[in-house]
Amino acid sequence: MPATPNRYFYVDPSRCIGCNACVQACTECDTHKGYSMIQLDYIDRAVSTQTVPVVCMHCDSPTCAEVCPAHAIKRTGEGVVQSARKPRCIACNNCVLACPFGIPKMNTRMELMMKCDQCYDRTSIGKLPMCASVCPSQALFFGTEEEIAHLRPNSTPINAFQFGAQTITTRTRMLVPKDNVPEQLDVLSAMYQPTIGNVIEQDLLLDAMNSEESYA
Amino acid sequence: MATLVLQPDSISEKFGPHLSTSTGMRLDPGVVPDRVVETHCCFCGQQCGIQLLVKHNQVIGYEPWYAFPFNKGKLCPKGVKRYLQGAHPDRLLHAYKRDATSPHGFSPIPYEEAIQKVADEIGRIQNAHGPSAFASLSGASLTTEKTYLMGKFARVCLKTPYTDYNGRLCMVSAGAGNKKAFGIDRAANPWNDILRTEVVWISGANIAECAPITTDYVWQARENGAKIIVVDPRITPLARTCDLFLPIKPGRDVALFNGILHLMIKNDWIDHSFIEKYTQGFDKTAANVADWTPELTARVTGIAEKGILKAAELWGRARTSFLMHARGIEHSSHGVQNVLGAINMVLASGRIGRENCGYATITGQANGQGGREHGQKCDQLPGMRDISNPEHRAYVASVWQVDPADLPQAGVDAYEIIRKIDRGEIRGLLSISFNPIVSLPDNNFVRRALEKLEFYAAIDFFLNDTARFADIVLPGSLQEEDEGVVATAEGRVVKINKAIDCPGEAREDWRIIQDIAHALKRPHGFNFHSPREIFEELRIASKGGLADYFGVTYEKIERQHGVFWPCLSEEDTGTHRLFEPGTWNPIAKGNGPFYFPDGKARFNVATYTPPAEEVDTDYPLMLTTGRVISHFLSGTQTRRIGPLVDQCPEPYIEVHPMLAGKLGLKQGDWATLESRRGAVTLKAQVVNTIRPDTIFIPYHWAGKQSVNQLTISAQDPISHIPEYKVCAVRLRKADAPHSGAT
Repeated sequence: MPATPNRYFYVDPSRCIGCNACVQACTECDTHKGYSMIQLDYIDRAVSTQTVPVVCMHCDSPTCAEVCPAHAIKRTGEGVVQSARKPRCIACNNCVLACPFGIPKMNTRMELMMKCDQCYDRTSIGKLPMCASVCPSQALFFGTEEEIAHLRPNSTPINAFQFGAQTITTRTRMLVPKDNVPEQLDVLSAMYQPTIGNVIEQDLLLDAMNSEESYA
Repeated sequence: MATLVLQPDSISEKFGPHLSTSTGMRLDPGVVPDRVVETHCCFCGQQCGIQLLVKHNQVIGYEPWYAFPFNKGKLCPKGVKRYLQGAHPDRLLHAYKRDATSPHGFSPIPYEEAIQKVADEIGRIQNAHGPSAFASLSGASLTTEKTYLMGKFARVCLKTPYTDYNGRLCMVSAGAGNKKAFGIDRAANPWNDILRTEVVWISGANIAECAPITTDYVWQARENGAKIIVVDPRITPLARTCDLFLPIKPGRDVALFNGILHLMIKNDWIDHSFIEKYTQGFDKTAANVADWTPELTARVTGIAEKGILKAAELWGRARTSFLMHARGIEHSSHGVQNVLGAINMVLASGRIGRENCGYATITGQANGQGGREHGQKCDQLPGMRDISNPEHRAYVASVWQVDPADLPQAGVDAYEIIRKIDRGEIRGLLSISFNPIVSLPDNNFVRRALEKLEFYAAIDFFLNDTARFADIVLPGSLQEEDEGVVATAEGRVVKINKAIDCPGEAREDWRIIQDIAHALKRPHGFNFHSPREIFEELRIASKGGLADYFGVTYEKIERQHGVFWPCLSEEDTGTHRLFEPGTWNPIAKGNGPFYFPDGKARFNVATYTPPAEEVDTDYPLMLTTGRVISHFLSGTQTRRIGPLVDQCPEPYIEVHPMLAGKLGLKQGDWATLESRRGAVTLKAQVVNTIRPDTIFIPYHWAGKQSVNQLTISAQDPISHIPEYKVCAVRLRKADAPHSGAT
């Protein structure tokens, strides 16, 4: 397997099915066993099943490291931003507050900032990270630019993000559709409706309303 | 006895479900395993390859198995955390007998004593009431060797016709439909045919949550330009970004398929030469769909006409396509008709039996395919043979060295076995790998029926919810404690490898079955020393049948990463894709690619009938049920794995905001859902990703949390699958939360 330098995290939210395999697998990684460094959230479950997995973006100029008063956060030669070094970390939370992506987590029990280190124990020896290994939808993919170009012809990798006046470039790439941005699906508009407008609602649920008395 | 010996809480105190989490060796970084075992996941029908890490006879974790071609290392959260089912505090380490004086309702007894007790009770009941007064129920999570042994045990040792399995709740509609149309019951294609197809049609399959790894195949097809059509009452996670979503009313699938076929014929989007050359029965089927105009289809299915027209055009004009369905269309009192409707659409398109063109039902259980092939079904003998066919009986009897006349005739389906128990016709039961008190519909009836049993013995590794009613509980084996084969959703026979030994007094299930046969003094045919020996007999017993495993060997499976059956000889590498033109099969003998004597597939008139229980003013809403990603079936395993329970701790009532608003329900409010059979009080999940006339509840939980208290036991007349996917209910806001989870 090629070593880490040519391989990147690619995150494609359009593929994510919210299964949490990444979150569960992250806890199996030897460098932070028992703790997951991935967050997976519904954007707004009331209106959509859309979820997004958040792994460290591994910034080229990591804000977490820049704000660390103890110089505890190191970036490897290949560009992997690691968890705080235990002897140095003073658990001040600066990094947690400063990260534009909300990645570092304060482990209060260990008094240590921990974060996604791209499964350094695995990727540094040519293995895939746990999350991207298991991801059933491959919303999380770890590989080369050539592989992603071949596998995802309809997607464009993005790795520059704008926060106010600041542009942050990252090692991790987000995949966005080249075109055909999927429309928001709506159950009601795809349903058979004999009438339109306000009448729909009454018609659909007429029986439900009529039967309310029988609940008493 | 089979009543609940003590209050559920007292039983739970000892037998769980308790939650396991990673501790000790499983949490320490850098522990070097004693060995790494290549095997498969214990849960769903995809049977993902996985490597288990073993230390001191304990599975301490996993490593992705990148080389296994189906999943290439991918796993869902159940696969990731499955190792936590071993070394579990609830693991049955002894045999138990019911004991009202014990604080937990059961007392451990020596294994041999338990076996003798089971044999004595079988003997007593059969002597008094005849062989058919005793029944067995088994399951499709067992290896194929065990399912073969269970079928043989019922027919040769118990001599009862009454044996069936939990695939009755799973694969039987698809199986019956496939046999009617193709003459064989297996997914027609390997999943690789999904990748470069133009249209993927998914009906009644929550792929993202129930067959998660298949998601990547669908997404990769989309990446290669495919259009994705999803038919479902809910916008499932995979439906969210599909090209066309058709929000169908539960239980109306065949109406949609007929409507699409109507439009295919009207617009001449059919493959005349394929229909002429490779099928029969088209004209009758075409006449049957003549009435299914888009307007009628829309009215019956509840789908907007424009969606139906668009779907027909996408499907009709495609050059390649892959249609998949699952329990969403099959769990119906006309499940077989639904399946036939889907197959008619495929046959009319001519897009089957070649590269990138396919059709498949997505198998549910670990061995949902293999478990329906070798004789644990009530009407089946090994090799998918028919127990009422004299030639089939004679062949299998010769392998088993018994008189064909001594083989029982066909029995009845699993639910009918429960009804026979209720009527007192069946008085004793042995069950394995089946938890009917959670998994069968109208389960308050199931409980009342089980309470009438004179004797009930359950084999399991945990005290599942039904085993709590048992007189004797025998400690069986976890998947990782034994070896054997299973057949995956693709029809690929793979090998489960043993990772650890059974703990305590627990035994491999096949040993337990044989021990009972010996204690009954009916040892004939139950003298196997290993799963391999059982498999060798199965190869012979299946030879010449539809599901011919004669050419499958453990070594070939390991060498090829699985063998697609049929596999007829040592030289045969297996059959990846069924129905390729010019291929030979033992039924058609060269006359054509399908498994009928003339080699032609059959169109079958697929008739629409409404669900058994239509909505009315008393029960104005439709209930549908299904799974969530972090749990599996009746939850016997997954409700005991901490991280999976954290992910989804309890069931919920999924309801559209329009309906919730009418009832004054807000997100998280308690609500009571009632049917004519039962009620359940759960929290409301208010989401606009479901039809407003439909309620969804996941079914993995027991007792007061079980949605199967509400579901209806109406069954398909052909497959006898229950109608889990639709019944009539009413919903109201609940004042107070229910108490007790059991």
